[in-house]
Amino acid sequence: MEKQEKKGFFRGLMDKISGISTVAEELDDQVEIPSEAPSVPEPEMPVEPAKPKISEEPVKPGLFERLKMGLKKTKDGLVGRIDALVLGKKEIDADTLEELEEILITSDIGVKTTVELIRTLEQRLGRNELKDGEALRRALKEEILARLTAHHSLLEINSHRPFVVLVIGVNGVGKTTTIGKLASRFSAEGKKVLLAAADTFRAAASEQLVIWGQRSGVDVIHHKEGADPSAVVFDACKAAVARDVDILIVDTAGRLHTKVNLMEEMKKIRRVIGREIPGAPHETLLVVDAATGQNALSQARLFKEAAYVSGIALTKLDGTAKGGIVVAVSHEFALPVRYIGVGEAIDDLRDFDPQEFTDALFQA
Amino acid sequence: MFDSLSEKLESVFKKLRGQGVMTEENIKDALREVRLALLEADVNFKVVKDFIENVRTKAAGTEVLNSLTPGQQVVKIVHDELVAVMGGNESNSLNLTAKPPVAVMMVGLQGAGKTTTCGKLGRHLKSQKRRPLLVPADIYRPAAIEQLKTVGRQLGLEVFNSSADQKPVDICTAAMNFAELNGYDTVILDTAGRHQIDDYLMNELSEIVSAVHPLEILFVADAMTGQEAVNVASGFNDRLDITGVVLTKLDGDAKGGAALSIKAVTGKPVKFVGVGEKLDALEVFHADRLVSRILGMGDVLTLVEKAHSVFDEKETERLQQKLKKSQFDLEDFLAQLQQIKKMGSLESIMGMIPGMGKMMKQMQGAQPSEKEMKRIEAIIRSMTPGERANHGIINGSRRLRIAKGSGTSVQEVNQLLKRFTEAQKMVKQLQKLGPKGLLKGMGGLGKGMLPFG
Repeated sequence: MEKQEKKGFFRGLMDKISGISTVAEELDDQVEIPSEAPSVPEPEMPVEPAKPKISEEPVKPGLFERLKMGLKKTKDGLVGRIDALVLGKKEIDADTLEELEEILITSDIGVKTTVELIRTLEQRLGRNELKDGEALRRALKEEILARLTAHHSLLEINSHRPFVVLVIGVNGVGKTTTIGKLASRFSAEGKKVLLAAADTFRAAASEQLVIWGQRSGVDVIHHKEGADPSAVVFDACKAAVARDVDILIVDTAGRLHTKVNLMEEMKKIRRVIGREIPGAPHETLLVVDAATGQNALSQARLFKEAAYVSGIALTKLDGTAKGGIVVAVSHEFALPVRYIGVGEAIDDLRDFDPQEFTDALFQA
Repeated sequence: MFDSLSEKLESVFKKLRGQGVMTEENIKDALREVRLALLEADVNFKVVKDFIENVRTKAAGTEVLNSLTPGQQVVKIVHDELVAVMGGNESNSLNLTAKPPVAVMMVGLQGAGKTTTCGKLGRHLKSQKRRPLLVPADIYRPAAIEQLKTVGRQLGLEVFNSSADQKPVDICTAAMNFAELNGYDTVILDTAGRHQIDDYLMNELSEIVSAVHPLEILFVADAMTGQEAVNVASGFNDRLDITGVVLTKLDGDAKGGAALSIKAVTGKPVKFVGVGEKLDALEVFHADRLVSRILGMGDVLTLVEKAHSVFDEKETERLQQKLKKSQFDLEDFLAQLQQIKKMGSLESIMGMIPGMGKMMKQMQGAQPSEKEMKRIEAIIRSMTPGERANHGIINGSRRLRIAKGSGTSVQEVNQLLKRFTEAQKMVKQLQKLGPKGLLKGMGGLGKGMLPFG
């Protein structure tokens, strides 16, 4: 295509001019390229604001309970339907598996992962391992757990100093909020934290991060709106070294993974970090909204290609959103899920635990 | 992936050739592909189920004889049916006819794009000679109010002065009074993002509704939302009786199947779509275009419309004349380049063309085109008017000068001239054939783009 494209450059154009442009030929003019302004991420929208809640329960439930509560709806969707399908079944046949396939796909688990899960179950069925519905359910749980465990590892921030975390994602997934929570968490652990407000595009994005910084008593390096994000990052890296901090977290503007120029901007940010602090960023955290559907796979693929994503943070699990997409993203791209956001308060960011997650998912 | 739906169907139907009628049996496979395509586009499974049932009834018994490609026929049935589900061409304009000030309220999950949409809508209304007032009522997210104020500043729109220590209901009521006193006819309320199961915050929205009686309650939904869209939309609709939907972030590669689900469960029309990060990237929704996108059929209509609005009619007219006389020169070529450039980014245009999904990706990796464009521009701009009118006079030393002037090499100048000569030849040949024969197969699309239609 590439070569043909080049050859056809004029031709396509002439075609268009002379009125012969068929749809196919339109492809030939690589002509319409007014570059969108280099950094124009759509203002990232509010995410999980810490807010005064009147309906707050007096006693905070334990972690597991909270996760379960957060996952309750996920369960209603995924497990409720699986139960309805398999329980009481004396025999598992092809039709059952086909229905199961549909349930998995519609839980945002993703087509590829689903097909693979079903194939594995088919094999086990073939070996007569799955005698009834209960066995099928157990097997499915095992398989999902295995896929989540396979790539699981938590973030080890003591390996480098300063440890640099670059936080990226599409617009409105909750990057800034996640960073706010991370900052509070690390500083509570006694680490010295520095934040870099490299989202210079969205209106009031740095202000948002500064407020988070104040909440957890953490310094924020920020420039004026519209500044070059790489410049912010440069200053932040210098400051991180000079102030001898333990961890530097870089907030970036939300960007759709299909915007080439914005992805280039992100690569540049990475380059600047790597130049100032060799080996950094040590973690590139892709933030994914739990309500996202199949598009999360596309996000993960393109961000991974452009920015070497090394971990996932799954946000907004406190809604009714299904967590299914984690299974697909983690499995298909061999990426560990590091954190999950299960609420709107500053401490509502949890380490991801595959066992716990799967248990909560399958809790009757 | 979806670009291949038509292809997949083709292969399913290959074995059907020669059979006269599509039977339930032989469309079963095709419908499975359709079902997967819809599920992959994040259309809710219940919606898909009902939908497939409809298509099955319609498709069974349809004559295949007249149609060369039964696959296309199924796609067409699916397409038409989807358009019907999406409300076809029913009106989706905003209802703002009441005694001013009228209120428009934005609601939705966190991060759906409410604040940005407020700004875009304000701009849209302003261009329609209304006087909108933006009201930040998100007191929860840090700096949310500041964000809307900044957006307002960028757009030259008035933003109501609220602060985070006020109650949202009070802000909205006060803003309505302010608008009435100061002659604003439309008040756009930006509320905080919330989950539909959050009773406290949902009550807050109900309170605002009963206080200011907004004529439009727009549910802002992220096009990337998965199966969840149904729960969220019906949650908001049950509580607030929304009047319409705004689908955001459609400029990415999400298929936007969520819109279909939302429409199916709430019955409320999608009124606008957000297609970019700039504050002018808000478009009126067209059901058939979204459906084409979901099915991977491209969005030729939008492309054509875009081209039409951008191409300068007079300029096109002039070019036509020149072309007819075979006088098309480099100067015209440059002008044409400029016009095409105005149409938008390469990616956004490519995305509208059927079957371009995959190619787009390859293009993005390489991305030579923008540079090439600039270089061509530079080369042509380095020529004298005489050279532009008649490139035959460009000899060796002129080439060297042009190359130096444009910061390119003589080889590149040569290449450009060679291609231009070829193109010119081709135009001449095409002239001989006449436009009629050439337009065949285009099905009349793209009239606006064709200088001699």
